[in-house]
Amino acid sequence: MPATVVRRPTGIALTSRPVLPRHARLRFDAVRQRWVILVPERVLLPDETAIEILRLADGEITVETIIDRLTFKYQGDRAVIATDVIALLQDLADQGFLLDLGGEGE
Amino acid sequence: MSELIDTSSREETTPHPEMPMAVLAEMTHRCPLRCPYCSNPLALSRASDELSTEDWRRVIDELPEIGVLQLHFSGGEPLIRKDLVELVRHAGQAGLYTNLITSAVLLDATKVAALAEAGLNHVQISFQGSREEEEADRIAGMPGAHLRKLEAARQIREADLPLTVNAVMHRQNLDQLPEMIDLAVDLGAGRLEVAHVQYYGWALKNRAALIPTLDQLERATEIVEEAIRRLKGILVIDYVIPDYYARRPKQCMGGWGQRFFNISPDGKVLPCHAAASITGLSFDSVRDHPLAWIWRHSPALNRYRGVDWMRAPCRNCEYREIDRGGCRCQAFALTGEAENTDPACALSPRHEEIFALAATESAEDRRRLLYRAHGGGVWESEG
Repeated sequence: MPATVVRRPTGIALTSRPVLPRHARLRFDAVRQRWVILVPERVLLPDETAIEILRLADGEITVETIIDRLTFKYQGDRAVIATDVIALLQDLADQGFLLDLGGEGE
Repeated sequence: MSELIDTSSREETTPHPEMPMAVLAEMTHRCPLRCPYCSNPLALSRASDELSTEDWRRVIDELPEIGVLQLHFSGGEPLIRKDLVELVRHAGQAGLYTNLITSAVLLDATKVAALAEAGLNHVQISFQGSREEEEADRIAGMPGAHLRKLEAARQIREADLPLTVNAVMHRQNLDQLPEMIDLAVDLGAGRLEVAHVQYYGWALKNRAALIPTLDQLERATEIVEEAIRRLKGILVIDYVIPDYYARRPKQCMGGWGQRFFNISPDGKVLPCHAAASITGLSFDSVRDHPLAWIWRHSPALNRYRGVDWMRAPCRNCEYREIDRGGCRCQAFALTGEAENTDPACALSPRHEEIFALAATESAEDRRRLLYRAHGGGVWESEG
């Protein structure tokens, strides 16, 4: 059987340009008054940091830029913020809920 | 530390319903396939009983108002409905996350493009086997079904729609499990559900021909666990084991009427797709009441909410808030009373007897299938 596109694991790096795919929708649930991520068969409830990261992740800006912006906003320890951001994005990527538009920045 | 909380398990069940999260819309019971484990009820709805397009549009408008976030279009085969694309679009416009659960035998490039353009979020295709076309088609009861599914899956990936492969497993195809996993990878699926048949309705009628042996199950579990590790980041695998071989019953649907409901083709609101099998319960219809009223006040939905309805041994059990006594449909099907403890639980007085029988059946070599059909099904021809 001819294969279509066999997937490869997404490794999140500083140059990654992450974005949620069609099947992982971040939206504000007006009835419950909270943000949710809708994925097949489940609903994920992101905390405030996750919401902030994912609202920045538009497929155009890099992970490095996301880290810069959060570091500036919170005047926090850049290394700690970088670890948190990459861990969150890698976790989503491992579950198939994150695309990396990489160098092309489509 | 950032954290994502998954809502697929919850601690407590409540007599007062919270808002429902997801709805399974059975658009029709019509289907070109005749699978012997079909999850539709033994008493199948007729086309003439189905909700109209206008009914569905109104129902879809009501869903977000009561808190529903996700709508799964299912059947039967939902693509038999001419209005599916229109309803997918309508649901998306209402803010719902849309998923299509399909056999895919009616999907072609034109239909896939229309669904993608309408905003469909996700597609799930069931497979009856791996690459053994004839064997998969025999289970589906439809010649040519497997090749059509493969072609449809390719169209879906070419349209960049995300795909889940649903591999329905039982004694007659468990030896194909490694190939089923390869198939999901080759098709570019992001997710694979390895779902052992659950023995209600049609599947219960076919239990003697389908139930795996304990050895088969243990081997399957090893294969799945190895694949989960090997395919991290490539394919997410969800695994549903048959509760016949568990010591504890499953937490069915997160509790009766807790955060999920099913709408049958004729508009009845059920806590799950199998609940119509429980005789003596009268389910309310979207033809007669607004959904908000049904969710809060339907006597059938309130019947097994909370824990007050429980009998011994559930009533005083320390697990009662965890598994809620298991599955009401299975309790009814196997003991005749839905209030009884699900016999999947080792604490059920019927557990030993029922599961000893199932284990005996698993060791026999019965293969003949009872296909789903109106009027009690059709036996596979012999030889």
